[in-house]
Amino acid sequence: MSTTIVNLPDQSTARVPKTNFLSKENGLLSWLLTGDHKRIAMLYLISITVFFFIGGALAGLIRLELLTPQSDLMATDTYNKVFSMHGLIMVFFFLVPSVPATLGNFLIPIMIGAKDLALPKINLLSWYLYIAGGTLMLYTMITGGVDTGWTFTTPLSTHYLNTNVLGAATAAFIAGFSSVFTGLNFIVTIHKMRAPGMTWFRLPLFVWSHYAASILMVLATPVLAITLVLVGVERGLGIGVFDPAKGGDPILFQHLFWFYSHPAVYIMILPGMGVISEVVSTFARKRVFGYTAVAFSSVAIAVFGFFVWEHHMFIMGVSNYSTLVFSLLTMLVAVPSAIKIFNWTFTLYKGSLTFETPMLYAFGFMGLFTIGGLTGVFLGSTGTDIHLTETYFIVAHFHFVMVGGMLMAFLSGVHFWWPKMTGRMYPEKISQLAALVTFIGFNFTFFPQFILGTLGMPRRYAAYPPEFQILNVFSTAGATILGVGYVLPLLYLTWSLRYGEVAGNNPWQATGLEWQIQSPPLTENFVQIPVMDHDAYDYEWLERQKEKEVTTSVG
Amino acid sequence: MSAQHEHEHLSKHDQNLHDLHDNLDHVVPPRIYLIVGATLLVFTGITVWASYLELGVFNPIVALLIACIKATIVVLFFMHVKYSSKLTKLTVAGGVFTFLVLVGMTLADYFTRAWGRW
Amino acid sequence: MSDSTAIVNGQAADAHEHPHPPYQRHHFENMGQQVDATNFAMWLFLLTEIMFFGGLFTAYLIYRNWYYPAFVVGSHQLSILWGTLNTGVLITSSLTMAMGVWCAETRRKGGLVWCLVLTFLLGLVFLGIKTIEYSEKIEKHHVPGFHYSVQSFVDPQSDPEVYKAYHDKPLRLDMARHTEVYFSLYFAMTGMHALHMIIGISILGFMIFRARAGAYTTGHITFVENFGLYWHFVDIIWIFLFPLLYLISRHG
Repeated sequence: MSTTIVNLPDQSTARVPKTNFLSKENGLLSWLLTGDHKRIAMLYLISITVFFFIGGALAGLIRLELLTPQSDLMATDTYNKVFSMHGLIMVFFFLVPSVPATLGNFLIPIMIGAKDLALPKINLLSWYLYIAGGTLMLYTMITGGVDTGWTFTTPLSTHYLNTNVLGAATAAFIAGFSSVFTGLNFIVTIHKMRAPGMTWFRLPLFVWSHYAASILMVLATPVLAITLVLVGVERGLGIGVFDPAKGGDPILFQHLFWFYSHPAVYIMILPGMGVISEVVSTFARKRVFGYTAVAFSSVAIAVFGFFVWEHHMFIMGVSNYSTLVFSLLTMLVAVPSAIKIFNWTFTLYKGSLTFETPMLYAFGFMGLFTIGGLTGVFLGSTGTDIHLTETYFIVAHFHFVMVGGMLMAFLSGVHFWWPKMTGRMYPEKISQLAALVTFIGFNFTFFPQFILGTLGMPRRYAAYPPEFQILNVFSTAGATILGVGYVLPLLYLTWSLRYGEVAGNNPWQATGLEWQIQSPPLTENFVQIPVMDHDAYDYEWLERQKEKEVTTSVG
Repeated sequence: MSAQHEHEHLSKHDQNLHDLHDNLDHVVPPRIYLIVGATLLVFTGITVWASYLELGVFNPIVALLIACIKATIVVLFFMHVKYSSKLTKLTVAGGVFTFLVLVGMTLADYFTRAWGRW
Repeated sequence: MSDSTAIVNGQAADAHEHPHPPYQRHHFENMGQQVDATNFAMWLFLLTEIMFFGGLFTAYLIYRNWYYPAFVVGSHQLSILWGTLNTGVLITSSLTMAMGVWCAETRRKGGLVWCLVLTFLLGLVFLGIKTIEYSEKIEKHHVPGFHYSVQSFVDPQSDPEVYKAYHDKPLRLDMARHTEVYFSLYFAMTGMHALHMIIGISILGFMIFRARAGAYTTGHITFVENFGLYWHFVDIIWIFLFPLLYLISRHG
């Protein structure tokens, strides 16, 4: 850990540039009415963090309840509400927007050499929709909550509950449009606003993965919207579309719901994979192995992601022939993800590795996402899925990919681009410690859940057979450690805003247009629109740049 | 008419401004719109007429086919896709494709339920 | 923000060399890019609309397959006259909208205003006819969730007008109950369509005012063009709704 590529300016003379997007205008309205994609990204960062910790607190309550086999901490109905709200908040208000709305918003225009996204007002609208949906979801939580699970499964949600299903469904509906508009903005921007010379195959892989995720956001989310509308109308008017007594089919709801929610998991993970591409390349000082393969596999994941949704429904009464087809397609969709893991691994091979915090999180991602992804393949096989579905195996599977994968990628990205966004470096030692604590805590929390699932412990149960207690206690202990691992960044990142070292333009000596401009960037990003004349991850170009570097200071 | 003459006789200075208004390379003549509009009305009549014929299983097929034709000419001419970039055409195709995946693969489950077990 | 455009262009702001139309947003390099981008954005939005209605079409196709007799009888409760008329109205409004775009392109302010007004009025006619149809349904208690009644399906002769035309056989009670699914989809699909019409007509009203002020006939027609795309899309939805809802087994 003694070698490091960090290259900071001389701290005795360095200053954060006086003119930057943060200092350009002051006052609350300049933030609330901004069109600047970087400011909107900061607004999202703060809001997402708030929702993350609310969702995390709910997770803490779940783990506390599960310390004992009886449902003794809270009534089972309350427990149902706690895990439902945990899921809803984490999925719709943390995971889906996390990387795209914060890092994507901030970086995509800069990475392609543009001054802003194509539709800045729509970008701001996205954030307001997010806040509106989030507020309504919190209001739902306070006024009785919802206990359907985040999946709103019918006919439970439409006929058998008197909790605030409508409120939660509306909140998710609104948040869905936030996601749609973000994705729409990204697609238009990436197609139409690339700088001269910035061809598709010179784009950073971060941009490619956001492009793929945006396709999913635009095409899949509206189906969730209409599904939630139907749930609301069914619940309110009893029209019969999901009601067996009136000839409706509850499975139809699941088809429509998972048509969105499976692509949704790719919406969540693809941007994280983009982060990993950037981080692995930088801390291995090597271009990403197989750029084209990684780029195309991102799009392949997006396309194939539309064809596999029924694997969430294998035991629900769908036809055997369709389970056969969807199972096969599920196996296929694992291939592009695996391709990316291989490519990142080959990037590391013979690279010049250093282990700063973003790289630690990236390593965590690669290992944990692989495990999570492989267990997904077990679940995609119908025979094993019959035994493992609706058990803790599923819970462990998706937490491995979402928390061990996505959340680690998010933290990796936040740490990697923190100096760019704020002009300040975070404290390296404590952040490495936090990464380690997170990794250890994560494994203690979720690995026992694989075993619990295989042994047969069902998910969404507050009470369980006593023989499962020891593993549950392990899991809760791990969750405590994990919680510490997440609180630490909140503390030291906030600290670094005031006391962190001045970062300079390119503390990581990374390639990429964002590292050629000041930290924090100007509102208009570039003094002059750059002309792109080299490929992505071109470290030789970086060397040549340094040789003829002239330091300029703006403002 | 007079607007077009204005364009042709711009001074060099004003030619620079040419780029500054919207791309008017493809102005679809009203004639096309009228033909398309009339075609749509005729096809509507045909659809209604065909629905009164006894065509068995082909009734809904004919109706949907005619609807697809109508939708296609609206997309191509009223929405200018015939004169648009490849990207626009690809975008429309992508949307239709995803819609067909939703409908087709969901219906595949429902239609194959009757096939029973293996 | 405007003071930074001087630096952004990389040279001293020379209004003569790089004129900046008032309607060009500062983050675009030129108008071509802006027009391209906003047009593409509108298409992407229409894609979301395709998928939004897609869920309803899926539900429709499944239940039509399951409960065909109920769908036949349900469809016979709708008026072909009103349905065909409405289709004609909407197609004509698409025509007037397309003509409006042409007028904007060729800078005919008067023509544009006329076309927009006609489109607006035709849209209102459509909604008016829909209101008539909906109120018929309300009278006959065919609105799911609001005192829905299967009387006319169990005993078709109780609705003499419809019975005269179609001589539908009485449905068994369980199949008759499934007509509620048909009407749910009828109201959901036409209702969602009507909602989009209302939004479109509202925007048309706004556009008529702006068009009269000459906003769209000075070379910057993006708003009219993109709205046209939306309007034609709403027309296409109806082009599919009409045969699917109104024309089920109308023969015999």
